[in-house]
Amino acid sequence: MTLIRAQGLTKTYVTGEVEVPAVKGVDFTINAKSFVAFVGPSGSGKSTLLNMIGCLDHPTGGRLSVLDTDVSTLNRRSAANFRGQHIGFVFQDFNLIPILTVYENVEYPLIMVQDWPEQTRRKQVMRLLDAVGMSAQAGKRPDQISGGQKQRVAVARALATNAQLVLADEPTANLDHDTAYRVIELMKKMRDELGTTFVFSTHDPKIMGEAEVVYTLEDGKLRAPSLKSEAAHA
Amino acid sequence: MLNLLKIAVRNLARFRRRTLLTSTLITLGIVAVLLFIATAGSFKAMMISQFTDAVLGHLEVHRKGYVASIDTLPLNLNMQPQMVKKIEQVLGSMDEVEAYSERVKLGAMFSNFTETASIRINGIDPQKEIAATPLLPGRIIDGSKEGAVLKPGEILIPTLLARGMKVKVGDTIVLVATNRDGSVNAKTFLVRAIMESITGPSGRDGYIHIDDARTLLRMAQPEISEIAIRLKDPAQLEQAYAKLNQELSGMLNKENKPVLEVHTWASLSPFSNIANMIDVLTVFIKIMLVSIVLISVMNVMVMAVYERIREIGMISAIGTPPRRILSLFLTEGLVLGVGGTALGTVISLAVIYALNIWKIKFNFGQQQGLLLSPAISAADIAIIAGTVVLIALLASLQPAWKASRMDPVKALGHV
Repeated sequence: MTLIRAQGLTKTYVTGEVEVPAVKGVDFTINAKSFVAFVGPSGSGKSTLLNMIGCLDHPTGGRLSVLDTDVSTLNRRSAANFRGQHIGFVFQDFNLIPILTVYENVEYPLIMVQDWPEQTRRKQVMRLLDAVGMSAQAGKRPDQISGGQKQRVAVARALATNAQLVLADEPTANLDHDTAYRVIELMKKMRDELGTTFVFSTHDPKIMGEAEVVYTLEDGKLRAPSLKSEAAHA
Repeated sequence: MLNLLKIAVRNLARFRRRTLLTSTLITLGIVAVLLFIATAGSFKAMMISQFTDAVLGHLEVHRKGYVASIDTLPLNLNMQPQMVKKIEQVLGSMDEVEAYSERVKLGAMFSNFTETASIRINGIDPQKEIAATPLLPGRIIDGSKEGAVLKPGEILIPTLLARGMKVKVGDTIVLVATNRDGSVNAKTFLVRAIMESITGPSGRDGYIHIDDARTLLRMAQPEISEIAIRLKDPAQLEQAYAKLNQELSGMLNKENKPVLEVHTWASLSPFSNIANMIDVLTVFIKIMLVSIVLISVMNVMVMAVYERIREIGMISAIGTPPRRILSLFLTEGLVLGVGGTALGTVISLAVIYALNIWKIKFNFGQQQGLLLSPAISAADIAIIAGTVVLIALLASLQPAWKASRMDPVKALGHV
């Protein structure tokens, strides 16, 4: 089943009178429950592409369908609603809220985005913290845990609302290689357990090797997708 | 809502010192305003009560032109008995009127047989006068306050005159007065009591019985110089003034012009200017409080948004509806306002309570040892608290709106 379909997807930034094309008419599809990486050098358009898939940014051309919804036409409020219902995010800098505990950070979207009743909320948060191996640190604040643990919490938060798609922009960029590898393994494990589609961007060749499908971006253009074995040698 | 409140409180606790400073500023502002309103309001109410309940009454009726020449106490502008009768009929029909007292006012020479001085005299019916100005007996500082404060043949004299002329209670003095025809008459009086002087018009007048005043002035008819009126509820002053004015405006002279004039205490007493000044000061202090709250809360909220741009980007990216982001920041402003207001109100009430226990006294003009009894109404507290909370909300609106409209991509990329 196709989860994401892009046709002639374009994004051009306009700064004053200067037009800067970031994504130049790319076509791709991503199936549900897949584990996909967008790779490429800095400035190749990876983040722009993820932002458009995540309804954080609008394409300037082409069509983009996510979960059978044409997200290029969504207004600000509808886009926020769509993200809240269907998409989870993992960020490079973790972006945990420093005043909240690990538990509360995972609980946050269930309060602010979806109004879950307290009992159900508690079950969901504890289940996810167990799944990412952070239940023992539930009462700690972000400044009391390591970078890898923070990203585990971020993954749990992204999955809290039962998102069908998790987008992770450079989720391992701020982690050492071993920790990065374990975070990617965790994401893959969550995909296997929950059936969530994970799409992430990276420029680390060893990390990209963990993806099942790898899309390589160069100067805003997409090369044909490669299989896991090819990507590992890229 | 409770969760939002909890998160808002945690966010405020994030910058504890800044939150504490802003709350303290709001608290101090509230304390300053409530204490000012309580003390200034108490002072104003007490002084107004002194004037209205001891001397002026709430309203006064005079013959047209009398007040303009009141310094000379013109006898030719007294009200004739027919006029007085009609006025009494009108006053008797007004529900707002509690009591009234007719007075004959005159200027006289006061002699203790060795020295003379000028004195302004009110000829009064003691029972009516006490009903219209119930604090009159309270002004007696030497002499009997029992029964009628005055009998025919007795005089109440102001303390400054008694001191200057070395006159004591029980002494005999002479009043010499000129009547409207220019003939001079004199009468001896027994000093019944010495009265405390009050700042303002008629505050240093002496009192004799109205019959003695008419005898001294050799009045052929029972004329009246003024009628002092006491209202059941001082809050009805404007209403009663308008009603009485309308009723009396029908009494016309030969030139078809109104023959009488009605004045409120405020137009007769210079203290009304001080009272107005207190009101202006109160408004000014309220404006200052509003400015303090507006600037401090806005400053905190602008900083809160600026320092949390990436966080706002994250909560926006994960799908938090813009209205909820708006609510979050508005709640933070609201908590600041409500916290500061609640604390300020509690402190103010405690201080007002303490001031009433300590019984602080002060002097005003000739009046010594006036007791300050600060008090504040629930309505005043509600208005001030409501205004502060509303202003705190308004001050948060712009930063909250900005946060809710923030582009998540730009916010997440903010350094």
